[in-house]
Amino acid sequence: MSNEAILHQHETGTHDVGHAHEHHHHETFITKYVFSQDHKMIAKQFLITGIVWAIIGGLFSVLFRLQLGYPESTFPWLEDFLGHWAKGGKLDPQFYYALVTMHGTVLVFFVLTAGLSGTFSNFLIPLQVGARDMASPFLNMLSYWFFFAASVVMFASLFVQTGPASGGWTIYPPLSALGEASEGSKIGMDLWLISMSLFIINALLGGLNYITTILNLRTKGMSMTRMPLTMWAFFFTAVLGVLSFPVLLSGCILLLFDRNLGTSFYLSDIVINGKILPNEGGSPILFQHLFWFLGHPEVYIIVLPAMGITSEVMSINSRKPIFGYMAMVGSLFAIASLSFMVWAHHMFVTGLNPFLGSFFVLLTLLIAVPSAIKVFNWLTTLWRGNIRFTPGMLFAIGFVSMFISGGLTGIFIGNSALDIHLHDTYFIIAHFHIVMGVAGFFGMFAGLYHWFPKMYGRYMNNTLAYIHFWVTMIGAYLIFWPMHYEGLAGMPRRYYDFSNWESFKMFAGLNQFISFVSIIVFAAQLLFVFNFFYSIFKGRKVTTLNPWGACSLEWSTPIRPGHGNWPGEIPEVHRWAYDYGKDGRDFIPQTEPVGEHESKH
Amino acid sequence: MELVMTEQRKKMHPHKFILWIAISSITLMFAGLTSAYIIKRNQPNWLEFKLPVIFWYSTATIAISSVTIWLAVRAFRQGEMSKYRKMLVTTFVLGIVFVSLQVTGFIQLWKQGITLTRNVSISFLYPIVGLHAVHVIGGVIALLIMFLKAFSRRQKTYSAVPVEMMSTYWHFVDFIWIYLFIFLLMIR
Ligand code: HEM
Ligand SMILES: [Cu+2]
Repeated sequence: MSNEAILHQHETGTHDVGHAHEHHHHETFITKYVFSQDHKMIAKQFLITGIVWAIIGGLFSVLFRLQLGYPESTFPWLEDFLGHWAKGGKLDPQFYYALVTMHGTVLVFFVLTAGLSGTFSNFLIPLQVGARDMASPFLNMLSYWFFFAASVVMFASLFVQTGPASGGWTIYPPLSALGEASEGSKIGMDLWLISMSLFIINALLGGLNYITTILNLRTKGMSMTRMPLTMWAFFFTAVLGVLSFPVLLSGCILLLFDRNLGTSFYLSDIVINGKILPNEGGSPILFQHLFWFLGHPEVYIIVLPAMGITSEVMSINSRKPIFGYMAMVGSLFAIASLSFMVWAHHMFVTGLNPFLGSFFVLLTLLIAVPSAIKVFNWLTTLWRGNIRFTPGMLFAIGFVSMFISGGLTGIFIGNSALDIHLHDTYFIIAHFHIVMGVAGFFGMFAGLYHWFPKMYGRYMNNTLAYIHFWVTMIGAYLIFWPMHYEGLAGMPRRYYDFSNWESFKMFAGLNQFISFVSIIVFAAQLLFVFNFFYSIFKGRKVTTLNPWGACSLEWSTPIRPGHGNWPGEIPEVHRWAYDYGKDGRDFIPQTEPVGEHESKH
Repeated sequence: MELVMTEQRKKMHPHKFILWIAISSITLMFAGLTSAYIIKRNQPNWLEFKLPVIFWYSTATIAISSVTIWLAVRAFRQGEMSKYRKMLVTTFVLGIVFVSLQVTGFIQLWKQGITLTRNVSISFLYPIVGLHAVHVIGGVIALLIMFLKAFSRRQKTYSAVPVEMMSTYWHFVDFIWIYLFIFLLMIR
């Protein structure tokens, strides 16, 4: 079935399939902005919901950093703002855990999964493979509304009397399975599980569409190896999601049974407040297996899109073809496959058989190989390039820097012997914030600054963008680098107050410094948010079709493409997406036929 | 454009493709649950129990319904619309019978004292079989919608795609049940 037919099939009446025209069907406000089936609008919905969540999730971290940095002080204004969660201006310990948990959940799932893949896979896949829309625009719309429903439930959980879930973003049982165990394990935990189940459905519906569109709806001439690397990255991301999220769903369902129906899948031999619980025969480790079988691929679901965006933005702004295209695709494939075989590296200290553990050490360290290949290729793409330091480009370079730093610490903790010491310390916090958190955000920012002109027909303000970049880049290192030292010294993660420990007293000043920088970096993100919304309405207008001089297809659409993307026929593709600086020409778009005397790449 | 279309016609319809990926995704959910079951099986105090005979009947029911949906697709392709409708209704009824038999089976188990919280080895039965039943109910609802469409005068569709997708999904839930049934028989 052709692209045209896909777009038309939700309308009644017969359409003759061969014709192609800009669509003039009457759109109301509701069908255009709310229940839209246009992938570009759905992308913006994901993006803006993601931005709202990022502000909320970031604010949580500022609040708990206040506690960690200034454990002796009180902030009376907190009580006005949070009520009984901050009596006397000091965060309640229970609420501290809720903040940490929600910060993790919101940023990992709602911002860096839905906000990142949801935005860019939706926006770019049809535009870059040359399709009028997704394979099923309806399922695509449904996917966003499941995300919206998940958001509503999670948001509501912030306001229940006993507070939201507070057992950490990994919600390990038995803590999460027993309402008696803590305030956050009461209704807040049920809401967390319901919200995440809705979220999983969103991720699955989205993933089905992304995979199918990339495999089935490419325009004429767009062979798989002519696609931009963004497409490959989104493709593998979707495959990871479709295969790993259902396993988390089964884990969550069993947890819901344990919580509400009295089963003991994860519970055995438990005593709470001197009372012996009847549960017997279950195993909390089972949950960890189910969780990390998703959890590890999940971290790559976050970082692969950022890698794809980086490759694309970097090549365009170096005015050079991406170095080692096939090696890039191959290493994406290797990372995606390996990511299913390493989950137990999160469980080295659970009493895992050391013999089994050594296999997981080996497989984990193997991931360093494709990762290194990618880093090498990015650096060689930059090498002797004609670099344009646009904001998007700066964030792409920043991504590579973060990925190198965080990847190196991964090699430390990938060794089970070292991990016994470093597990659950600030070293882990530093590792994954740099390699996933900051790097994921950098990929997202690179993409936003780069594709904003295509999304809204305007540019973002460059001065604000440069301030945003430098504050974030320097700030991120200042925040997370010192945490490595704290972790090496054994400072555990998730503690409320370190001032009681003689051995961690020396970090009081450092913790204060980290908190101080976090607040500045948070403020810089608000600058970005301001820039984003201001530019939607007031930014400088885009006047040329292809402002960055890029080869890929999305820049052959009108400045503000309608539903259906191309007013006429979908262009045919004749070459790969990276013909930059070829035969004395700055760039050759994918739509241009190969000339007679053209050199091979 | 013409060229593109002929080129694309050879490929699988994108909606069918979506269904196949969804199927692999659902399969992984059951794989997750059954492998959790295997891990538990190797731990002490495992409780042995017998599956009620009624599950044999439900297995036969769903197997037959796979045949009827296959006949429905064949009739549709040959344009025998009245036979198509008959087969669709039969499948629909068999689907409901299947779910009812499953529920009856569990009521029997419950009465024998094999309740949800008795022992972990038994607890597993409920979410696994329950989730499968949910997928069958989803299929039954889809059948109902197709059935209403087949009778409505307004909508004249000649595309076999929805019917074929329906049958693929139905064979899939059938297949999953047979897998689960054998799994439960072997491992219990
Ligand atoms: C060379 C590559 C990498 C290696 C060898 C590696 C190894 C590890 C190991 C062994 C742990 C468990 C530490 C512990 O809990 O004791 C871990 C944690 C983690 N890693 Fe990595 N990692 C690598 C790259 C990445 C990447 C690319 C990401 C994300 C995009 C990532 C995200 C995470 C996260 C989120 C956690 C912590 C989860 C938690 O406990 O809350 N890692 N890593
Ligand atoms: Cu991992």
